Amino acid sequence: MLEIRNLSLTLEGEKGSVEILEDINLTLQNHKLYVFTGPNGGGKSSLAKVIMGIYRPTGGKIILDGEDITALGVTERSRLGIGYAFQQPPRFKGLKVRELIQIAAGNKPIEGCSCLADVGLCPEDYLDRDVDASLSGGELKRIEIATLLARNLKVAIYDEPEAGIDLWSFSRLRETFQELHNKYDTTLVLISHQERILSLADEIVLIAGGTIREQGSRDDMWPVIMDKSCGGRKICPGAGDENVECFR
Amino acid sequence: MLNALDKHLLETVADLHDIPQGAYNIRKNGEGISRRSTANIEIKPKTDKPGIDIIVRPGTMGESVHIPVILTAEGLKDAVYNTFDIGEGADILVVAGCGIHNPGESETQHNGIHNFIIRKRARLRYVEKHYGQGEGGGQKTLNPTTIIEMEEGAYAEMELVQIRGVDNTKRITKARLHRNAHLLVTERMLTHGEQKAESKILVKLVGEDSSTQIISRSVAQDNSQQLFYPRVAGYNRCRAHVQCDSIIMHQAKVRSVPEIAANHADAQLVHEAAIGKIAGEQLVKLMTLGLSESEAEETILQGFLK
Repeated sequence: MLEIRNLSLTLEGEKGSVEILEDINLTLQNHKLYVFTGPNGGGKSSLAKVIMGIYRPTGGKIILDGEDITALGVTERSRLGIGYAFQQPPRFKGLKVRELIQIAAGNKPIEGCSCLADVGLCPEDYLDRDVDASLSGGELKRIEIATLLARNLKVAIYDEPEAGIDLWSFSRLRETFQELHNKYDTTLVLISHQERILSLADEIVLIAGGTIREQGSRDDMWPVIMDKSCGGRKICPGAGDENVECFR
Repeated sequence: MLNALDKHLLETVADLHDIPQGAYNIRKNGEGISRRSTANIEIKPKTDKPGIDIIVRPGTMGESVHIPVILTAEGLKDAVYNTFDIGEGADILVVAGCGIHNPGESETQHNGIHNFIIRKRARLRYVEKHYGQGEGGGQKTLNPTTIIEMEEGAYAEMELVQIRGVDNTKRITKARLHRNAHLLVTERMLTHGEQKAESKILVKLVGEDSSTQIISRSVAQDNSQQLFYPRVAGYNRCRAHVQCDSIIMHQAKVRSVPEIAANHADAQLVHEAAIGKIAGEQLVKLMTLGLSESEAEETILQGFLK
């Protein structure tokens, strides 16, 4: 179980400090699948990065299974079982897919690991490819997801896993998340706007303007998010302003 | 005959654990100490200057030649001239390389001048590793010159690696490619401390449909300095791709000056050059997989220089 208490994050930007997250309180249970959704720039990825330890929070606490991990760095949190699949994963000149997945898997042999097949990539074709510019965006993204699938995690966060992925692989990916959820106790967090990802959720967390606007079961949240007549206006961060960019 | 230090140097520069199979010549402190020819590969000492002639009979397939050089004395200046004649249609591996263990305060230097004639349709894979060590303050200097002539349809892969511990290096590589010849040069360099390294490559594409690919990757650490001059000139319908990538760290300096020159309208020549730090997001990605920051850095550098 991961608990986030009174969490805030301020980052230094070009125009001075910017408040990215404000007083976030959230409890993520084991064996539950959460989808974080909301407008671009609303704070979803930042919250994920604070959980992973990539950003240090300005205030508040993060507690994993009763242990305060707020002061721990990325490496320590990773070793405790937190994983994060990047929205835009980096490329590595000279590093092979096999090596990257081996690092992810730790001491486990990767032969027979289904993590590549689970994202629709044939291991024979991909294990000896370099994780460099020779891979398309969609291939890179699927390998990124595979690096999390190769691990045994307590909390796994996937940042817009569907971005750049073709329709056929997307169905496979969706099944993979469903299967993971059925088989393991892992707390799954998917950051997404995609209806077919949202429909996987046990709970949907709507994040906008750096705060949690609303949170609830999929059934409770569905009308709020899908309301075609813009019933979301009351939670819309720009409501009342003249130029409102809708996040639906 | 080989002591533990010799064996360590040989293993580092030529992946040799003992006397190799096939043809070989081992040179230590300015003298050939052990040599073997085979039915297809003749190695004989030059009569006019230090060095050897390596003559590979036409059609020789799948054989290898090891010609490592080790220097374990201080203050030694060794120059050697080796000539390779790779016969028509042969397909062989040549492993060269030089390891210096300089125990003292004065400079130890090795200048290796290699001349290759790669005959029609012959295929060569050439691996050269350079490495230095030693507890004293004596400089370890390696200046390799490689000159390659490639006849019609010849193919060569040259892997030039400088691992660690070489204080000064001036590397010169020159090649002339005739019709349908193809040359792949991969250069890997790591400098640290106060080291200085310079590499000049010039490939002339004189034959129709000749092609070359030059891939240079380097890491410059501490106060070291690197200078790269990869050049390709096309004189016919030909293709070339030059790619220089450097990772710069600490207070190091890297200069990369690729040049392409076309003297024919059907010459297609491309170059790319990039110098930069290790990207922060690469480190973070590997750390999210459980590596420490220094392990992540090491993994990135190892992959890059592989």
